[in-house]
Amino acid sequence: MLEIYETKERVTADNDKAAAETREKLKENKTFFVNLMASPGAGKTTLLKRTIAALKDSFRIGVMEADVDSAVDAAEIAKTGVRVIQLHSGGLCHMDADMTQRGLEKLDLEGLDLVFLENIGNLVCPAEFDVGAQMKAMILSVPEGDDKPLKYPLMFKVSDVVLVNKIDALPVFDFDKERFEKNVRTRNEKAPVIYLSAATGENCKAWIAYLKETIENWRQSA
Amino acid sequence: MHELSIVTHVAKTLDEIAEENKLTKIGSVTLEIGEVSGIITDYFVDCWNYFKVKHPLLKEAELKLETIDAITFCEDCKQEYKTIEYGRICPYCHSEHTYLLQGNECNIKEIEAENE
Ligand SMILES: Nc1nc2c(ncn2[C@@H]2O[C@H](COP(=O)(O)OP(=O)(O)O)[C@@H](O)[C@H]2O)c(=O)[nH]1
Ligand SMILES: [Mg+2]
Ligand SMILES: [Zn+2]
Ligand SMILES: [Zn+2]
Repeated sequence: MLEIYETKERVTADNDKAAAETREKLKENKTFFVNLMASPGAGKTTLLKRTIAALKDSFRIGVMEADVDSAVDAAEIAKTGVRVIQLHSGGLCHMDADMTQRGLEKLDLEGLDLVFLENIGNLVCPAEFDVGAQMKAMILSVPEGDDKPLKYPLMFKVSDVVLVNKIDALPVFDFDKERFEKNVRTRNEKAPVIYLSAATGENCKAWIAYLKETIENWRQSA
Repeated sequence: MHELSIVTHVAKTLDEIAEENKLTKIGSVTLEIGEVSGIITDYFVDCWNYFKVKHPLLKEAELKLETIDAITFCEDCKQEYKTIEYGRICPYCHSEHTYLLQGNECNIKEIEAENE
């Protein structure tokens, strides 16, 4: 006899469960975990390298690279001297919580205070999959345009901080900061918007300061 | 764009529900899919058929899909309209201050199953 079971569960319910486990584990281990999301080419790897350079004396850092199938990005990061692994995400469009858990095991959290995931370059589905990070940071680069919050609402909605990269290119694009912020606010009322250039280093200190402060607050509350 | 991955998430969630309720066989699964969830239903069905034969619990399960209409709300004139037809600009007052009320869901609504 078949019976009906009402479930009303989100399809990603299993993902949310695994993400919550990860967050708990990270808390026990006192490791702060950042999920870095952006389109391909927005500047994730460049900003990561700069962030690592600024923080590697204060934090023991690990990086999981999911951005490309080849190991190019992992090799770039490895040059900075931090612990890094390449996740083989060939053909996939997002990282989910299970893949992230396996990645963290492989990376080995022992002795790490700060871990970054460079998510797969995509503004759509990475936003739907909680990976268990304490901070979701997104990058939008100036050439992509100020209308992106309207086209990718969920990404802007779930992000804790919005980093606008490649501001050195502002003079040659019609990117309007005011319009951009207005668009961001239709999706997210509180995420800070930080303008920077990962290539020149301009204003990266605002991001670094924000990150440090967030980690500090998290440690105190944990 | 990630239909197969969604299918595996559905399967994992169903495995858990089956374990909790000691279900031995699933006869049907009803999913609610929003019009703007980004899931292409034809492709989703292909992925489901490919996946289910490898998954004992789902082997005989029939997939039922229900669509949830996408509806947007305008904050300025307080009216609702069909997202697919008009996008994010309100057709009544041309405002941009609109947000999606429903239509990006992907839920497992119910299953028909047998328990031991
Ligand atoms: N002009 C400019 N180029 C940048 C900036 N940040 C990154 N780039 C360039 O953009 C390209 C893609 O950067 P990358 O960090 O690999 O992006 P990812 O795909 O998001 O990891 C590279 O050629 C970088 O040198 C920036 O702030 N300004
Ligand atoms: Mg990269
Ligand atoms: Zn995806
Ligand atoms: Zn209106």
